[in-house]
Amino acid sequence: MNPQRGICSLNTDIAVDARNVGKIYGAGAGAVTALGDVSIAIEKGEFFTLLGPSGCGKTTLLRCIAGFETPTTGTIHLSGRDITYDPPYQRPVNTVFQSYALFPHLTVAQNVGFGLKMQGTSAANVANAVERVLALVKLEAFADRLPQQLSGGQQQRVALARALAPEPEVLLLDEPLSALDLKLRKEMQSELKRLQTETGITFIFVTHDQEEALTMSNRIGVMSAGALLQVGTPHDIYESPVNRFVADFIGETNFLEGEVEAGQVRIGTGDLLGVDLDGQTGAVTLAIRPEQVSVTAADAQISGKIAEATYLGTDTHYTIGLSDGSHLVARVQSNSAAAFSVGDTVGVAIDAKAVQVLKS
Amino acid sequence: MDKRRAFDVTTLPGFTTIAILAFILLYAPIVTLVIYSFNGGNSVNQWGGFSLQWYAVAAQNEAVQDATARSLIIAVWASVISTTVATMAALGTTRRGKFKGQTMIYVIINQPLMVPEIVTAVSLLIFFSSVKVATGYSGLGYLILAHSAFCIPFAYLPIKARLEGMDTSMETAAADLYATPWQSFRYVTLPLLLPGVIAGAMLAFIISLDNVIITEFVKSAGQDTLPTYMLGQLRRALTPEVNAISTALLALTILILTLFVFVTKKRD
Repeated sequence: MNPQRGICSLNTDIAVDARNVGKIYGAGAGAVTALGDVSIAIEKGEFFTLLGPSGCGKTTLLRCIAGFETPTTGTIHLSGRDITYDPPYQRPVNTVFQSYALFPHLTVAQNVGFGLKMQGTSAANVANAVERVLALVKLEAFADRLPQQLSGGQQQRVALARALAPEPEVLLLDEPLSALDLKLRKEMQSELKRLQTETGITFIFVTHDQEEALTMSNRIGVMSAGALLQVGTPHDIYESPVNRFVADFIGETNFLEGEVEAGQVRIGTGDLLGVDLDGQTGAVTLAIRPEQVSVTAADAQISGKIAEATYLGTDTHYTIGLSDGSHLVARVQSNSAAAFSVGDTVGVAIDAKAVQVLKS
Repeated sequence: MDKRRAFDVTTLPGFTTIAILAFILLYAPIVTLVIYSFNGGNSVNQWGGFSLQWYAVAAQNEAVQDATARSLIIAVWASVISTTVATMAALGTTRRGKFKGQTMIYVIINQPLMVPEIVTAVSLLIFFSSVKVATGYSGLGYLILAHSAFCIPFAYLPIKARLEGMDTSMETAAADLYATPWQSFRYVTLPLLLPGVIAGAMLAFIISLDNVIITEFVKSAGQDTLPTYMLGQLRRALTPEVNAISTALLALTILILTLFVFVTKKRD
């Protein structure tokens, strides 16, 4: 046994500790790897988001934590206890399902009290808890309704209340907001954040929406093709993506190919950029956020031609064609100085300090 | 008219004629039977004025009362037993992954639909007669067992259909909320499955109620059910009493089938 593992499992600040978790469906030639070799430690009281495109393995990982799937390899510890092979009903973990999965034959109150009832809590205590949790999600008035008599947003709150009522150690949320319209989704985002702060329960939230991940999470784990690419705060992930996939997935990013030359990077147009090389040499890719590109009428370091201008209200997006045929997208505040039109020759300045240098 | 329109059977020549003929063939005998159950005369095919006398005769006939009670007892037991077995079979065939021999299981469950009834009847007769010798028991148990067996597929089909239409996410959610497999079945699966179970039980009840062949072979002396009693009457003088009993059975069947349609339609 690895002594370090022993130490790790004694760490009482870790809620979920997944080690080398892999999940392979099928066998032989038809085998599909849903999860590669994922190790992750999620702290107690944290709002942790698993972010990635569909099919990246984030839901599989969630289902392994919930107990609906058994990992092919690796172990999962909950507060230091190995739960890898425990059935779902023995895990102090509750799930908010994407489809809500509310029991259609039970009232809102019965749905919310279900978990406690199954645990053998007395009827009076169940009733108290249901009342408290329904107040938490502001659904006191709907206790006696059936789920199908509620709107989508209300059903979502019931699903949330049902999962919170047994006071789980960890709450798993599987893309719970994906069925809601934009306005409701925004409301629920702040609602979830509020609930998480109020209850102090560890939330593991699965989404493919990077904006949702950035606004709600304490930390984000970015996944792709069954692997965990980067774990960090929203700030870390946005400002210092480890690779092109993360940079591209989290927000809009320009990529410029270049070559390291005397401590600077020479890009395709022949211009030298004094970026923070971060120890990189040879061929590199520069990841530049649109808001780090400024556009001026006067000459600047790089010159280009406006190929496309898109007015987006507060911001305007310019796509600028550079002399080597590559394109840069700039996001400029609409009320700043002059507006440019397609065909204008402009100067482009890049905030070199904010540029990420990635290995090509 | 749009020539690319989908095939419509009603446009074929003779459709209406064939449909009407089919309905006449199906229902004319039944309508005749019902009409003559109200016959004031003594014949099953000569009208002697309207009267409810044959209903009164049937109701006061001790043999009919006896056979009716027996039919109902057997049908109730058979539907309870077959529905229980069918529910377990339906859970076993839908609430788990594909397994080896799955087709074989379907064949075994639906065996009574495929094996000729007379074969089952003869084999049961021979089997039960040796059991009777061995145990000395000759009660209604044999009929109940036999009826339960051939009712299973009829109970199984609506239950299985309902289960297949039910999302397993309900059971997943129950397990997530600390329900053990039994609690999950008791509080989630069974309540949601109930319309299917009731439909299955009603179908089994009707199938048991009008069974003749297997009953005729399996029954001991003095164990007539309503259908076998009527069959026995045919060998003697045929009176409109048989029509009256048949009409009463028909009414009961229609009632149960109507309930069946209501229960299955009310799903979701």
